[in-house]
This record gives sequence, C-alpha cells and structure tokens, in this order.
Amino acid sequence: MNAIVSREGWDDAGAASGVRVLTSGVDTSHKGILYLDAISVSFDGFKALNALSLLIDDGELRCVIGPNGAGKTTMMDVITGKTRPDTGTAFFGQTIDLTRFTEAEIATAGIGRKFQKPTVFEQHTVFENLELAQKCDKRVWPTLGARLDSGARDRIGATMETIKLVPEASRPAGLLSHGQKQWLEIGMLLMQEPQLLLLDEPVAGMTDDESMRSAELFLSLAGKYTLIVVEHDMEFVKRIAQKVTVLHEGSVLAEGTMDQIQQNEQVIEVFLGR
Amino acid sequence: MRFFLHADGRREGLGVSVPGGTAFVPVIAAGGPRFARLLPAKGWLFYVAAALVLFVAFPVLNLAVPPGNVLHLSDYTVTLIGKIMCYAIVALAMDLIWGYTGILSLGHGVFFALGGYAMGMYLMRSIGHEGVYQSDLPDFMVFLDWKAYPWYWSFTDHFWFAALLVVLVPGLLAFVFGYFAFRSRIKGVYFSIITQAMTYAFMLLFFRNDTGFGGNNGFTDFKRILGFSVTAPQTRMALFVLTGAALLGFLLLGRWIVTSKLGRVLTAIRDAETRVMFSGYNPLYFKLFIWTLSAVICGIAGALYVPQVGIINPSEMSPANSIEIAIWTAVGGRGTLFGPVLGAALVNLGKSWFTQVLPEYWLFLLGLLFILVTLFLPRGVAGLLRAARRRTL
Repeated sequence: MNAIVSREGWDDAGAASGVRVLTSGVDTSHKGILYLDAISVSFDGFKALNALSLLIDDGELRCVIGPNGAGKTTMMDVITGKTRPDTGTAFFGQTIDLTRFTEAEIATAGIGRKFQKPTVFEQHTVFENLELAQKCDKRVWPTLGARLDSGARDRIGATMETIKLVPEASRPAGLLSHGQKQWLEIGMLLMQEPQLLLLDEPVAGMTDDESMRSAELFLSLAGKYTLIVVEHDMEFVKRIAQKVTVLHEGSVLAEGTMDQIQQNEQVIEVFLGR
Repeated sequence: MRFFLHADGRREGLGVSVPGGTAFVPVIAAGGPRFARLLPAKGWLFYVAAALVLFVAFPVLNLAVPPGNVLHLSDYTVTLIGKIMCYAIVALAMDLIWGYTGILSLGHGVFFALGGYAMGMYLMRSIGHEGVYQSDLPDFMVFLDWKAYPWYWSFTDHFWFAALLVVLVPGLLAFVFGYFAFRSRIKGVYFSIITQAMTYAFMLLFFRNDTGFGGNNGFTDFKRILGFSVTAPQTRMALFVLTGAALLGFLLLGRWIVTSKLGRVLTAIRDAETRVMFSGYNPLYFKLFIWTLSAVICGIAGALYVPQVGIINPSEMSPANSIEIAIWTAVGGRGTLFGPVLGAALVNLGKSWFTQVLPEYWLFLLGLLFILVTLFLPRGVAGLLRAARRRTL
C-alpha cells in the first residue's frame, strides 16, 4: 500500500504538507530532527499511543523510559514505518513525512533501528553483517553486481574497531555472545550512516563492563548522530542521560533532566505504584 | 595484526604491512576474475570431470559402442538420466528459493509443466499430417471437432516462439503471483499453501478439454523436433547433452548468485527479514527476483523434459508432484547447490527401482523419507558428506 492514503485531518491545509519525495538529506534547519505530533495508535480498541507528541533536536541523546505497555516500542514502530498511526503526524526533519514511506525507505532516509532482541544475520560473518548494512544502492540489480572497494573495506574495519569485534570478523554472528550481538547490531546501524538512531534496550543482557563500554560509546556518538535510547536499566540511563522523556499509557508524562524526572510526583507515582 | 580479508569475511594468511595503512587489504585484485573464483580449484576439477562424462563418455558409450558390448549404454539409461537431470535442475531452482531464501514453494510443478506445455505445443505442431486423423490440427482438436487453432496457439509452429514461451509463461505467472503474494507479506506456511492451491487450480484447468491443451491426455506421440526424429538415438543424445549443459550452466549461475552480495541478502531475508528491511533493502523485489528466476529455470527444465519423455499431461501439476520436488531438495540438502542435484538423482533412482518392486508403497516410503530426513538430517545428504569429509581430514 504505497498509495497516499487520505486520513482524518489530512485534508486540512498545512497538515498535509508532507511530500513523498526523498530529498537528498534531512532538513534540520529548524534544529529539530524528529517531530511527532498528536500520534494515536490503537490495536483492537487498546490505545497503545494516545496523542503522543515528541520533539527531538538534531544531535540530541534522548532517553525514553516508562513502564511496560507505555507505548515505547509502538512509538519506534511508528517512526520506522512498521505501524501507521491512526491520527497525528510524524516528520523526519522539515520535509519527510514518515507516515508515507516503507520501512526500507525510512531506513535509507537515515533512521536506524536496533531491536530489543538483538537481530543480526546469524549465518553471516560479522564482516558480512556489516557489509550488508553498509550504506549504498540497495536495489536488486546494483546489489547483484556489487563489489567491495577498499574504501568500503576500510569503513567496515573502522566500525569493527568501534564495536570491538575485529578478532571476530570471520565468525558467524550466531556464535557471538549476547552482548557482542548487541554491539554488532549497533555497528550495523553505524554502517548505514543514519542521522537518527533508535535503540531499544541496547544494554539488556550485557554484563556491567559491557554496559559501561556501551555508555561510553553512546556518549561519543551523541552530537554526531541523534540518539533515542529506550531503556529499563535506570543506572544506565543515569549514566548517559541528558534529557529524559517518561512515557505512560501512550503519551508523555514528563520530560526533563534526570534530576527533575526523579523528583516529579507523577513519575514517582507511576513507577512506584500507588 | 595484518591479514587478508575476503569478501565473505574469511581471513587468509598475513597481508602486506603497509606503513600506516589499514589491516584490510583488498584481495579481489589478486584473485583473478570473479568467474574463475566461483568454485575452488577442486570444484572446477570436479566440474570439468562431470562435463567430460556427460559430453564425451555418454555419447561415445551410447552411440559408438555397439549394443552387444558390455560397455554399451542403453537408450533406456540415457533417457532415465536425462530425465533425472531435468529433475535436478528443478531441485536446484527450488533450492534457490527455499534453501537460500527460506520460501517454501509447494507449487513449483506448475512452472515445470508450463515450460513443458510450451515446448509441447511446438512438438504437436511439428507432427504435421502424421497424426491419426491426418489433419492440420492435432488429434485431440479434431476429436473435439475444432476447425482451427485457438488464438493462443498462434506462432507456436516456430521453434523460437515456443522457446520464448518456455521462458515467458512461467516467468510472467511467477512474477504476477509473487508480486501480489510478497507485497501482501504472505510468508511461511501460508505462502506454501497458496502455491499448492495455485498448482492444483492449474491442474484442474488443464484437465478440461475446452482449455485446448489436450485435456487429461495432454500432448504425446511427438514425431520430430527441428526436423529431427525425436526417437532417433542421435536426437535423444543431443537432448541429453543439452540437458547436461543446462544443468551445469544453472549450477554455475546459482553459484554466481549465492556468492554475490544479492545472495547474502537472500540468506539474510531467510534468517532475519525485519533486519533486512530496517537495513534499507526492500525484501519484496529481492524475493520477486529469485522467485521469478526459479520459475523460469523450472520452465526450461520442463521444456527439456518433454521431448525426452515424449509426453506431458496435467498430472505434472498435481500437488503431490510439487511436494516431491521439495523432498528431493530436502533429501539432498538445502542451502547447498550440489545437494539438491544429488537429492533429485537419489530419490528418482530409488523411485524407478522401487516402483518396479513395490509400486503401491512408494508414496509411503517417500513420506517416511521426508520425515526421517527432516528429523535426523536437516542438512540432507550433502550435510552428511560434508561432516564425513571433515572427520577424515
């Protein structure tokens, strides 16, 4: 269903300004890179997202927390094109209307997503995983004739250094440890050269040491990329958080620094129970 | 540490130490043209040996050695092996879509049969006036009291046109069917079921006399192909050699595809399709490419099969036939190109022996074989051979 589907509210002048044309880059001239406005999604009557509005600035590292069922994963599904919102608008930069593109087109436009459960190509080697993720022409014929040039090889090498998997280059990804798979998936995102990275529980299942190194990695990536990190591990969030958004029942409950969040009455109530 | 890194991530030896350079030295330049590197040296040796047997030994033993000689190869054997090679091509095509891309088709028989029917139309028209009714039309049309060929038989008296149909008809059907199925993201067992339904629907369609393809008798009693008698040993040998060449050619084509980046994307679709999507590839077109190619290969196999066997009828489209194709591939070993070829050969040799001894139990044995292979040999005979070789090394 690639056709432009008319939605409620879409005929309003201004609201339907999105174009189904991928411009050469993301227009972040107004500082923001991701605009979610009044997004609602319901599954069989259950409101997974309820008029969610979120603005992410270019180069920001944003942590998103919230109890189970708060709508964190659904929000990522909407941003990456996996789920279409019932109402509301989602823009990547000034011009790209995310509700009109497929998953692959959104990935090509510059949004990378890491899943909660690490998903890598288990039968392929670490090297091949990164090779496949690498930014290039990803249509059928160019892929059939694709050759690795030395520039690509260098970029893959550099990414393997970043994710500390150089010694594992020729191992099938299925044989890596859980933490290594998480890192490989992050490496694959970096190979896509995205502008916005969505990381769904990136340190789940990692040892303390691994999660510490992940924190360092993410902090070094912030600025160069925009990161949205969904995480349950509060220690980890404290370590990297610049700005935190709390989701609850499908909408934003609170937003601010970690300190502000920890003192917010409503947040305490939601997290600690009544 | 410095090392060569192959495109598949294999490390090899120690690379040249470049001052300030990277650890990754391109090896492509050192490896010669890509075609030569499709197979390892041993693989090429095996390949050339197979070509010699098919293109030299078989013709000599069949045509030059007189029938009384112990070394003589009977026409029966030539036809049997020619037929099995057609099946092997089908199994290979099945492996590209099932073994490598993870899409189980239970309707591949329809592509094989359509290729066969396209060739059959040409063969029927080459009979000329030598049919039972000595008419311009094939016997079954005379029998139905038809006065002229229906429109879709146009130009089929030209070999080149029939050859075009062999490729286009299965290709187009697969393309249209695949586009809608893959676009709707039909996967797994659901896809298998609709392919099964498709072949069944085609079988029912071709069973009808009104469809214009000879109803349940199909096409038979062929007389000649390109002016040569289909029963002459030389013609049979030419078809045999052609089939062998097609098999070897498709093996190389398959190898070229699965070792390309596209091949790695296909395997990635099999293992983690969502990751492929979120990496920026649209799986729809990759699936459509390999699915359509697979169907075309089946069509060509069908076209080679019909003149050798001398008959094509709708039973080739029966659901059981398509399931059998999946069994050849599973027995041989999915995800290895050589495996399905071996599987098709083993199962069909077994079949031609067993159906002579205990014909009524063949389907039971086939089913049992499938269950046993799935349970105990997930990588098939090819996996078994590979494990044995590793143990001896």
